[in-house]
Amino acid sequence: MRARLHNSIWGIAAWIAGIVFVFPVIWMVLTSFKQEADAATNPPSWFFAPTLAQYTQVFERNITPFLLNSLMASVFSTILVVLLATPAAYALSLRPVAKWSDSLFFFISTKMMPVVAAFLPVYLLVKHLGMLDNIWTMVILYTSMNLPLAVWMMRSFLLEVPREVLEAGEVDGAGLLTSIRKIILPIVSPGLAATALICFIFAWNEFFLAVNLTATNSGTSPIFLVGFISSEGAFLARLCAAATIVSLPVLIAGWVAQNKLVRGLSMGAVK
Amino acid sequence: MTTTVARPGRRTQAPAPPTKGGAKDRWVRRAPLLPALIFAIIVTQVPFLYTIYLSTTSWNALRPGDKPFVGFDNYVTVLSDSRLRSALFNTVVLTAGAVIFSLILGLVFALLLDRKFLGRGIVRTMLITPFLVMPIAAALLWKHALFNPTYGLINGIFGGSTDWVSSYPKAAVITTLVWQWTPFMMLILLAGLQSQSHEVLEAAKVDGANAWQIFRRMTIPHLRQYLELGALLGSIYLVNTFDAIFSITQGGPGTATTNLPYEIYLTMFRKFEYGEASAAGVIVVILTIIVATFALRVISSLFKMEENR
Repeated sequence: MRARLHNSIWGIAAWIAGIVFVFPVIWMVLTSFKQEADAATNPPSWFFAPTLAQYTQVFERNITPFLLNSLMASVFSTILVVLLATPAAYALSLRPVAKWSDSLFFFISTKMMPVVAAFLPVYLLVKHLGMLDNIWTMVILYTSMNLPLAVWMMRSFLLEVPREVLEAGEVDGAGLLTSIRKIILPIVSPGLAATALICFIFAWNEFFLAVNLTATNSGTSPIFLVGFISSEGAFLARLCAAATIVSLPVLIAGWVAQNKLVRGLSMGAVK
Repeated sequence: MTTTVARPGRRTQAPAPPTKGGAKDRWVRRAPLLPALIFAIIVTQVPFLYTIYLSTTSWNALRPGDKPFVGFDNYVTVLSDSRLRSALFNTVVLTAGAVIFSLILGLVFALLLDRKFLGRGIVRTMLITPFLVMPIAAALLWKHALFNPTYGLINGIFGGSTDWVSSYPKAAVITTLVWQWTPFMMLILLAGLQSQSHEVLEAAKVDGANAWQIFRRMTIPHLRQYLELGALLGSIYLVNTFDAIFSITQGGPGTATTNLPYEIYLTMFRKFEYGEASAAGVIVVILTIIVATFALRVISSLFKMEENR
């Protein structure tokens, strides 16, 4: 009896913490359904007639190309990352090269280097090649941004393939392709999906490179959001509607992948 | 970790030791690695070498003409400029503040979630959510919907007319970052809590240890490596903070919240001093290497732990 009471007190505390913590997001969504007049009030208005007017406005201001640009940059860079990282992770785990740990740490050290430190030459090169405001530039840069994470993550998943099974397959005369298809892929495919989701999240949310390298043609959704602010007048409800729209894909991806999230974010160090 | 009991289902293995083979075998092994390695070198290392070259030239994009070689002049300028020192100081304060507070809050949340209660999955999802909001959207949300002095939610609920962003710029930025990064810390620490051996905890209880003693003597030491990992990865990500500064404070008031990434950005795209920006970039990388050497040691010990488990 006491134990149950004890547990429910903890439960209530956890619920309160959760609600308080998520409240800004709830507030954002609530505000996005308000009229501008109801949005910027003091005291805050809790009851209002919900409207979709702000969402209509956001689409009228042409958010769609920005969303498509984000989608393109994120999806293509994620595909490229997976194609590069999976074989590399294989060469660092199941059939390791001689200096596998050096290569592994090389990858993570590129992640530690602040983006700004090497950004100027990238900017100059991109400008020189006439690739400013081009979505493929973003694809390449997001690929290099996510590559270390994906290599580390895929390696941690590949290490879960039992070596005995692989060796048994080899003894039975299974070739490399067969063992990849029959043994490795089934085991690592959830890991592959998680890696892809995390790379997608980081690419979708990226701001620094996007704000400096894109403009009207290939602006991604964060750029739309920032451009929105400079317009004068009441904008809070519209801003919240736009913020909700651009955050939605990652919110869904993150909720779906929440069990794998920690492993990806810690580059495979924590399961 | 010698105290934890190895659980067969969760064990990972170290890579197979590379066998000695001929040159052909070595190249067969290397082949899958090469595309990724070459790609990473071209996109990250080559630009950095070019940054080093640029840092020795006097180049302002607004001034036409050649780019004379000036040796270490840019470094002298940058290092004797008080702006860089204050940016360095701000970077340390903002990063450390965000990491420490999100670790503490993340630990509290992880402890709350590490027991069974009704709707635990929902609470977990709610606590993760702030991390998934697009960072620039989160920053704008806090600035306009929460911190705003006239119609912001904080003053709306608690009264008063404090202009949070201009009165407490650093705290405002840190609050936003902590809100976004606490879920990250929570997830890492929760994984740590759940990897504690139940048998050992039960044994401690049977031996008459109370909850606080167990927490203090067993849980915290067990969590140490997870705390280190959280702090380390959090710092890697948060040192690069740009979105929040760009949209909440624009580095101000004055230079109160100008961190290194924002300062270099200003030098590059407002002052067009490419030479100085490059020198500042090189200095940042040197500082990062110093921190990273230490950090990598932590990471490798952690991986050894995971692999021996």
